[in-house]
Amino acid sequence: MSQSTSKLARMWDSDVAYSFRRSPVTIIAAIVALTIILGAVFAPWIAPHNPFDPSSLNLMDGFSRPMVPNEFSGNTYLMGTDNQGRDIFSTILYGARISLFVGFAAVAFGMILGITAGLVAAWRGGWVDSLLMRIADVQLSFPSILIALLIFGIARGVIPTNMRETMAIWVLIVAIGLSDWVQFARVVRGAAMVEKNKEYVQAARVIGVHPARIIFSHILPNVLGPVLVIATISLALAVISEATLSFLGVGVPPTQPSLGTLIGNGQKYLFSGEWWILLFPSATLLALALSVNLLGDWLRDALNPRLK
Amino acid sequence: MTHMPRFSRATAGLMLSAATLALSLTAADANTIRWARSADALTLDPHSQNEGPTSTLLHHIYETLVLRETDGSLTPRLATEWSIHPEDPSIWVFKIREGVKFHDGADLTAEDVVFSFNRVKAESSGFRALHAAAVSAEAVDDHTVHIKTNGPSPLYVQNLTNFFIVDKDWAEKNNVVEPQNFAAGEDNFAVRNTNGTGPYKLVSRDPEVKTVLTLNENHWAEKPQVTEVIYTPIAEAATRVAALLSGEIDFVQDVPVQDVNRLQETPGVTVVNGPENRSIFFAYDVSSPKLRSGNVDDNPFAKQAVRDAIHMSIDRDAIKQVVMRGQSQPGAMPLPPFANGWTAELDAYDKPDYAKAAELVKEAGYPNGFSFDMNCSNDRYLNDEAICQAVVAMLSRANIKANLVSQSRNLHFPLIEKRESDFYLLGWGVPPFDSQYVFDFLVHTPGGSYGSYNGGQYSNPDLDKKIEALATMTDLEARNASIAEIWKVVMDEKIILNIHNQVLAYAMKDGINLAVHPENQANMSTVTYK
Amino acid sequence: MLAYSLRRVLQSILVMLVVALISFALFRFVGDPVNSMVGQETSLADREALRRQLGLYDPFVVQFWNFITRAVQGDFGISYRLQEPVMKLILSRLPATLELALVSGTAAFILGVGFGVYTALNRRGLASNGIMTLSLIGVSLPTFLIGVLLIWVFAVELKWLPSFGRGDTVALTSWWTTGFLTPSGRASLVLPAVTLGLYQMTLIMRLVRAEMLEVLRTDYVKFARARGLSQRAIHFGHALKNTMVPVITVMGLQLGSIIAFSIITETVFQWPGIGSLFINSVKAVDVPVMAAYLMMIAAIFVIINLIVDILYYIVDPRLRLDGGGKH
Repeated sequence: MSQSTSKLARMWDSDVAYSFRRSPVTIIAAIVALTIILGAVFAPWIAPHNPFDPSSLNLMDGFSRPMVPNEFSGNTYLMGTDNQGRDIFSTILYGARISLFVGFAAVAFGMILGITAGLVAAWRGGWVDSLLMRIADVQLSFPSILIALLIFGIARGVIPTNMRETMAIWVLIVAIGLSDWVQFARVVRGAAMVEKNKEYVQAARVIGVHPARIIFSHILPNVLGPVLVIATISLALAVISEATLSFLGVGVPPTQPSLGTLIGNGQKYLFSGEWWILLFPSATLLALALSVNLLGDWLRDALNPRLK
Repeated sequence: MTHMPRFSRATAGLMLSAATLALSLTAADANTIRWARSADALTLDPHSQNEGPTSTLLHHIYETLVLRETDGSLTPRLATEWSIHPEDPSIWVFKIREGVKFHDGADLTAEDVVFSFNRVKAESSGFRALHAAAVSAEAVDDHTVHIKTNGPSPLYVQNLTNFFIVDKDWAEKNNVVEPQNFAAGEDNFAVRNTNGTGPYKLVSRDPEVKTVLTLNENHWAEKPQVTEVIYTPIAEAATRVAALLSGEIDFVQDVPVQDVNRLQETPGVTVVNGPENRSIFFAYDVSSPKLRSGNVDDNPFAKQAVRDAIHMSIDRDAIKQVVMRGQSQPGAMPLPPFANGWTAELDAYDKPDYAKAAELVKEAGYPNGFSFDMNCSNDRYLNDEAICQAVVAMLSRANIKANLVSQSRNLHFPLIEKRESDFYLLGWGVPPFDSQYVFDFLVHTPGGSYGSYNGGQYSNPDLDKKIEALATMTDLEARNASIAEIWKVVMDEKIILNIHNQVLAYAMKDGINLAVHPENQANMSTVTYK
Repeated sequence: MLAYSLRRVLQSILVMLVVALISFALFRFVGDPVNSMVGQETSLADREALRRQLGLYDPFVVQFWNFITRAVQGDFGISYRLQEPVMKLILSRLPATLELALVSGTAAFILGVGFGVYTALNRRGLASNGIMTLSLIGVSLPTFLIGVLLIWVFAVELKWLPSFGRGDTVALTSWWTTGFLTPSGRASLVLPAVTLGLYQMTLIMRLVRAEMLEVLRTDYVKFARARGLSQRAIHFGHALKNTMVPVITVMGLQLGSIIAFSIITETVFQWPGIGSLFINSVKAVDVPVMAAYLMMIAAIFVIINLIVDILYYIVDPRLRLDGGGKH
């Protein structure tokens, strides 16, 4: 046991930091991701406008070109404005805030649910395994769009109207997280079943090591590789799923747009000449998703002792 | 006022004339038009679904007694003339066109019209509400039909613009005497097969994929220039525009408003605009003692001052300019300008005055303003959600906080029907082109066939009596005076907050000439090549 | 093995029932179908009558029972929206989706495994880093945006490929139409297949790469190398074979998500498959089509899962399916 902890500690101390320093791509990705995350976190202090406050909007500011004074109001916007006169730069900051929150929370939710289910299924086997995997089948039969519709529908019936706007985000998190967990569960189960039958685990069982301990110290570290692959892609995917749901008409309220909502709105202007409404939010999402994925790649390699 | 050509042609002059020359050579021969719009017809049964795209497609295959022209007037089609019976004002007399043949060769007779009348009145017909005033039809001779109404019904003929005539023998032979009762799980021959009198015959149909029509050589009227129609629904707006830009489509019927200006500037593409017969407005609960979603203990919308304030805070010109990209006709009256009863005076509106509006709200007893849910559809009207968003922002300046709840039409409209909305967006077309239609459904106290979309439950017994009387008034002058009186009350009490009339845009390849139809019923037989 | 298969079949039926149950619970939240079915003049009383006739006011259990008893006989009713028998509609749309899924799935698998092996073997190479990064761009944008951008570039600007639809099709049977046999059919497949397959390809590629890297470090590969086996034999005979367990799992899952994602791809490209049929049905609250679609998707998933489990068994004998075999 002590050997593995010291190994972990050593990794954090030197190897990880070393591999980080050695990879310029990773450094750039980290800077980009950090910039967007900080921008999102401190949006209320950075953004020149609060796009979520309808009384601050002037419709006649709509469709201002970037850095060109609006012909009616004379206001100038760094990245222009959208069809409601919202400053694109501000909406990106606020939108990234919502998207990142939804992304992190949904992946965390799906991951915890999925790993637990996968481990329990593999470890207990038998009817527990069958039940969990059949639940997974049912879950997979429902495209995330449908899950979102279902949860939105239930939420509409249960949540009082004045709380719906605030609850919409939680509904999204659950909807996206729920469609994620099966991936984690299936991969963890597959890998855990292989590990479970290996001699060292069998030996640990025979000598009476507590199952939780075996799971956490032997099986879990061994399944972390595939889990990380899925988790990194899932984070980016969660942000993108949110965009897709908005495209299909279920998502965050239009008065509180996320990055995805902004892109869904922006793609309407692809052929109309207002390129900035689509370009800036898309570029932000691309930069965010790309850098998170690159960081995930690096992290996986760096944390995997067998790749040394 | 049929359409408003807003596009400038000066630059495309030379190119156009070259194209015209090339096209005029082929115009005499076969001309195929590839036509796209957002949705497909739901069925080919002419009496089953009272729905826009369905009727539009069916107008190519089947024909009606009367035709709504692009300028809004009624012209003869299968009926050559029509009038109210000189002795009995509750009978309409129709002279049926002679020498008309169905696609299968059968002759059109008065019997077919009577049969079609009974079919459209059937339980499973989607159009029966339009014929509620009609009691029975009778073939007086081979080419004369009498339709009896329950009392004088001077407007009845206005309801016949989507009344398609089918062949009695064909329907009986194929066991389609009544429209499909799909609610009961029945399948029906007429859903996929047609036998009309129209200018085009059905060649093939794959629902939601492609429908092909070809010229009916035996048609009674002047031969249309388009000889083949390929109709493809493309649901996604961006894809639809892309298909036109890439040259895969010749004519796009539903052009997103944001793309209109750019398409006008695109070489090789022509855009025409025209007003649609549809007003877009908000209405609100004026009768409940307390709002369902409000944060105050009473109903602010029941107070005239608050309604004044709401009307005062709407900047219709800004909505037209930015949200609709110039594609709307702002106005205060929830009635299209070409409908009977419209006046420029009542349709006029003031610039917004947010300070005064806020003051009114304060004086009405809401020093901190008030809040409520605004219900909005997001897939029904042109930019419906964006209109609501803009109105939310405008109202907030008058200290009126609307929480936008925008959802699909299937969730939105039941709220209005079930009187569960405090403040909602609605669009209303006026197919008979007369104010009575608006009063019947939107102003009259709900009950029976009246007031079904009076979601605010406005009730005024005086007006109800006047509205009911309109239906049977044959003295048009007195009737118009009564309509004006009703409008005066409706507009003074501000029970409906009208935003604008929708303007339609059709985009097509240069060289194709097609005017916007106020009911959005584009007809390929009216296409000419320049 | 027989007992196991039998139990799996029983479980599958149970899964289907649960899917049907959840579908039905879901429909009440999608909205009111009647609104899309009648004109604006229709009185409230007539609307009520239609709702009653459709059985919308029947108790949930009754609606569910009616659906199940008819579905068992293969009768899914008549579409509220298109007024055609649902089975006929779905059968006529299924070939389009299956062809699209087949093409994009196959391309994603071949390219994904190929690139995955290449990038694993040439971990530090410039080309593999390029492939890794470029592939990420494809999954860093929403599918609908990728589709629209592809249309813009390849249909509108370059005019190389069609922007919508399936092109000309050839009818093989009464309902099976194929786009493979005509030039316009094949051209129409390209953009939707790329849009649909991009994400799957990236996922497979990353997974293969990760697994390959792991396996290449295992003792038996080192041992094989020490024994002097050729690089090719090691990479493809030992390493790649051992990466296939998670890849097959994921592929099984992805086959399903290809069909789910096809909803968006088909919407963007006006591809006449079951995905666009489904989303249009949701918009119009066409309950019979929605129910049939979900049942069919559930059936496909159940079958895929069964196959994946059996493949697991073949590829990795250590698994022995003991989890299911004990009881």
